Amino acid sequence: MKPAPFDYLRPASLGEALEALASDGAMALAGGQSLVAMLNMRLARPDLLVDIMHLPELRERGHRVGAAVRQCELAGLHPLIDRALPHVGHYQTRSRGTFCGSVAHGDPAAELPLCLVALGGRVHLASARGERTVEAAAFFEGPLMTAREEDELVIAVELPRPDPRAGYAFREVALRHGDFALAAFAAVADADGVRLAVGGVADTPVVIDGLAIDADAIDARDDFHADAAYRRRLVARVGRAAVEEALTCRA
Amino acid sequence: MTGGERIEDRALLRGRGRFIDDLPAPPRTLHAAILRSPHAHARVGRVSAPEGVRLFSGQEIAAGLRPFIAVLRTPMRHFPVATGKVRYVGEPVAVVLAEDRYRAEDALELVEVEYEPLPAVVSPSAAIAEGAPLLHEAAGTNLANRRRFSYGDPEGAFAAADHRFAIEVRYPRSAVTPIECFGLVAAWDPDADAFEVTAPFQGPFALHPVMAAALGVPANRLRLRTPPDSGGSFGIKQGLAPYIVLMAAVARLAGRPVKWIEDRLEHLTAAGSATNRETRLEAAVMADGRVTALRYRQLEDCGAYIKAPEPATLYRMHGAMTGAYDIPNLEVENSIAVTNKTPSGLNRGFGGPQVYFPLERLMHRIADRLGLDRLEVLRRNLVKATPHRTASGALYDSGDFGAVIDLARPALDELHARRAAVRAEGRLYGVGMAAAVEPTVSNMGYITTVLEHEQRLAGGLKNGALAAATVAIDPHGGVTVTADSIPQGQGHATVLAETVARMFGLTPRDIRVVTEFDSARDAWSIAAGNYSCRFAPAVAGTAWRAAGSLRDRLARLAAARLDLPLEDIRFEGGMVGAGPDKEVPFARLAGLAHWSPGTLPQGVEPALRATEFWSPPELGPPDAEDRINASAAYGFIFDICGVEVDADTGRVRIDRYATAHDAGRLLHRPMADGQVRGGLSNAIGATLFEAFVYDEAGQPLAGTFADYPPPTACEVPDPEILHLESPSPFTPLGAKGIGEGNAMSAPPCIANAVADALGVEDLELPLTPARVAALLP
Amino acid sequence: MPRMTVNGEAVEAAAEPRLLLSDFLRHTLGLTGTHVGCEHGVCGACTVLIDGRPARSCLAFAVQCEGAEIMTVEGLEEGPLHTAFRRHFALQCGFCTAGILMSLTAFLRETPRPSEREVREVLSGHLCRCTGYTPIVAAALEAADA
Ligand SMILES: Cc1cc2nc3c(=O)[nH]c(=O)nc-3n(C[C@@H](O)[C@H](O)[C@H](O)COP(=O)(O)OP(=O)(O)OC[C@H]3O[C@@H](n4cnc5c(N)ncnc54)[C@H](O)[C@@H]3O)c2cc1C
Ligand code: FES
Ligand code: FES
Repeated sequence: MKPAPFDYLRPASLGEALEALASDGAMALAGGQSLVAMLNMRLARPDLLVDIMHLPELRERGHRVGAAVRQCELAGLHPLIDRALPHVGHYQTRSRGTFCGSVAHGDPAAELPLCLVALGGRVHLASARGERTVEAAAFFEGPLMTAREEDELVIAVELPRPDPRAGYAFREVALRHGDFALAAFAAVADADGVRLAVGGVADTPVVIDGLAIDADAIDARDDFHADAAYRRRLVARVGRAAVEEALTCRA
Repeated sequence: MTGGERIEDRALLRGRGRFIDDLPAPPRTLHAAILRSPHAHARVGRVSAPEGVRLFSGQEIAAGLRPFIAVLRTPMRHFPVATGKVRYVGEPVAVVLAEDRYRAEDALELVEVEYEPLPAVVSPSAAIAEGAPLLHEAAGTNLANRRRFSYGDPEGAFAAADHRFAIEVRYPRSAVTPIECFGLVAAWDPDADAFEVTAPFQGPFALHPVMAAALGVPANRLRLRTPPDSGGSFGIKQGLAPYIVLMAAVARLAGRPVKWIEDRLEHLTAAGSATNRETRLEAAVMADGRVTALRYRQLEDCGAYIKAPEPATLYRMHGAMTGAYDIPNLEVENSIAVTNKTPSGLNRGFGGPQVYFPLERLMHRIADRLGLDRLEVLRRNLVKATPHRTASGALYDSGDFGAVIDLARPALDELHARRAAVRAEGRLYGVGMAAAVEPTVSNMGYITTVLEHEQRLAGGLKNGALAAATVAIDPHGGVTVTADSIPQGQGHATVLAETVARMFGLTPRDIRVVTEFDSARDAWSIAAGNYSCRFAPAVAGTAWRAAGSLRDRLARLAAARLDLPLEDIRFEGGMVGAGPDKEVPFARLAGLAHWSPGTLPQGVEPALRATEFWSPPELGPPDAEDRINASAAYGFIFDICGVEVDADTGRVRIDRYATAHDAGRLLHRPMADGQVRGGLSNAIGATLFEAFVYDEAGQPLAGTFADYPPPTACEVPDPEILHLESPSPFTPLGAKGIGEGNAMSAPPCIANAVADALGVEDLELPLTPARVAALLP
Repeated sequence: MPRMTVNGEAVEAAAEPRLLLSDFLRHTLGLTGTHVGCEHGVCGACTVLIDGRPARSCLAFAVQCEGAEIMTVEGLEEGPLHTAFRRHFALQCGFCTAGILMSLTAFLRETPRPSEREVREVLSGHLCRCTGYTPIVAAALEAADA
């Protein structure tokens, strides 16, 4: 389990990074908690890794979270993220992995993309061609597939400011502690109503608005750990519990 | 009982352990990577690579090898590398060598192999059905062996029974994957035509002559050494044997030493696992719950090859198929199938889980069907007195099983109260129990139970279980101990040091235990190795005896020197003699034997080195009626647990677990408890999470630690551990093993609790949330 | 030629970009106390401290650590954690141990009075097949108390 050869670049500026990413076979290296495992298995074969973790431009840490901010630095940014964070891998992977990397990776069972969708957040992208912003709800297109073009970097994700009167809840069912979710639920109850985001069930996070949760409407995944019927059961029961918790917490 | 700190820990805690991949490699060593089959079943055509790749194809390697010798003589030939056909995903097809592992993996990508895929067969019942694709054409069948056994009068008992109850079980494949994978360094000495291999092979060394024969050399030309430390094994590192042969053969072809470190992907697809087994178990039961006969129909799945020492998994329990119960009549039909899956091998619990799961689930069912108390039914059938000879030949040596159950009784009553309280709140709670007899120190002859008696006679009857240990004293009185136990983390050095120190009146610090094993210099037999918990009952006791024989020598020397009667000589606090003014330092006495051998008293041997061998006489070969006492000593376990099942998610949470043991005399209580906790956590993994799942085409689906999920600290509870100590009359120190029992008892114990919580009869392992939820409303 | 500090010593050694930090430590520097059990981030055996934070050395490249401070099990001072591990028999084969010591060192620094639940969550990033975890949890709690 050793990676195939590649070149490594630690750019001095965002511009240099974007320039490098414009070349064929270049990939961004963030926390490496997903990418390096794939490299070790030779499932990813980049020619060039662009290490984005030392770029001062990517260190914003407020309602915009820059690409060089690690998951262990997210505490206190948002109540929903605080609730989800303990479920994101382990203490040891959170000290390396990034919010933006998780979003760019696009695993349908990942917690942070789910929260971003539940909160109606946005994804900021940049490339040598320019910058653009995509709504989180439109960003995730399938398993490990996103609206990001190959030469684009997720420079930041943007979270709406926490609403002190809103209720937030996060629930997850995984095989073991720290595993990717069999199903994960992020619920937000605010003045506009209640919204449930469901992860790990379909190929992308799914948002259900309002109180009527129709689990059968979700195109649930089957794998050997859990079949679709089970995932739908979780939506109906655990998803509902998340919604109820968010409603109770709403001031 | 002692129980001091472990000698091993200081080095390990400071990062100074010496594991296989830590040892310096010999000069000019090349690193190997193995090209493995992506197909479950295929014909292999040309294997080629561009100029410059150091490639060794299966054909080339096997040309210098002989097929592995097996107990079962079948036309299913087994080489450590595929020749002509691959029969499971991950089977070695070729080996490449390079300057380091990175470059070896680069080279692997350049190798081309022509495959002609064939239909695969994955389940054992499908494999032996009419028209199934054949794995080994020469055999003409996928059924490697079938034998029927009858003890007592099972027909009569079934005819006379008030009831018959049956259970069908498909026991899945799992393995206690050690955190350190396999690894080895192999070299060939052309002048001596001899191989030198270093590997954390755990034994049994019955495989040593098998490996040598495969390499076509006498066993003294295969020098096998083990590193000082091994990162766990749990049986699995027995599976190094084929790789030792493979890499030794490649080292000979290449004329360079070869190092191979298995990675986790290789481990999870190809290292091996316990067998999966399809069992139908039927009981003849009287109205009061007494079981008068058992009838097993077992279909064992050994994977693509009957890899030595298989079919041992199927026969290890043969003498103890009635478990903890006094059941006089027994019928067993054993079938062995080959399928397109990884060959099976040793794994903690070895054959026990596959038997106790159906047996203990059936006992639970019998009580429920008859409307009787479950513990009452269990007790009614329990072996009442020891020694006890089972229907199929095991001799349960000692212990009062009922008294062990009594230890756990208060906890059981509390669990029943807790169940009532939790259920009253509308939650799902169940209580389970299981009893098991834990066999230790394997009879090397038990595997021959698979043969007809005439075949056994023709091959020579096999039996016994030698253990070997050497104790030596240097001129300064320093004591060195070596033994044939190949530790894999169980603290053997500590126990040996404490045991030998006691004999000489020294402290454990005075004793140096050398854990590296060397087949060219150490005393060993085919029984050597770390398995069937032979260490405490057999090896530690043998070291005790070796130390005892040296003590006798020194005592006579001291008696002569101090002019005291021999009976008065004591060994205490580093002194030998009969108290102040009438004693000499231990070290001085040792020096005397080294420096002045000419002045020793008549009849005192000067050598301060003793090697002892010990074999329990109770271990005979299988008799003409196929009765076999497969183990020297038998411990007893009674487990209880309470589980809560989440009605929404189907998650099983172990609320409380208590385990009561009689493992004979405990040599080191904290380490004994460590074995219990470890075994239990492994069993929880096998019960709730882990399974080597294959799809219909024979592709393994659980190839990473994300998909093959050993439990973490968040899933493993803290068990209550209870002990009763009934020394075994058959082992030198009265000890029995304790490391495997919970691997046998916990799966049915937890499953019984889940069945109780859900009110269902049939459960299939592992009890994943999705599977449990499917049984919920 | 990445330059970094390893256990307080400045280190400079050749490393092609793909060389994993775990292999760099073990085979280039000879610090074999860091173990490798999966090379995909799950088992935790390879955990070291990178700039004070626990990290999988199998999921990092040596070149990424240019300028970083690395701490491995060899660099830990003998302390209450070691004593507690010995007293509680918190290791058997010891293969998982180095990684666990590194995680607990970082964790106890941040959380000097942890609950059992917190300790178990931190440990969930490590697989141990030998001990059943209980003695490790007990040792961590005792070391926190010391
Ligand atoms: C044992 C273990 C358990 C885990 N469990 C979970 C879990 O439960 N939930 C979970 O969500 N995750 C889990 N993860 C993965 C998580 O830790 C990763 O951090 C995350 O998926 C990726 O973030 P990263 O910063 O490490 O990205 P990297 O691994 O560096 O990159 C991942 C991918 O995203 C690309 N990329 C990264 N950053 C950017 C960027 N800014 N712009 C464009 N592309 C980018 C990379 O090129 C690569 O293709 C686990 C990982 C491990 C090892
Ligand atoms: S080897 Fe790095 S986590 Fe397993
Ligand atoms: S002590 Fe062996 S794996 Fe933890």
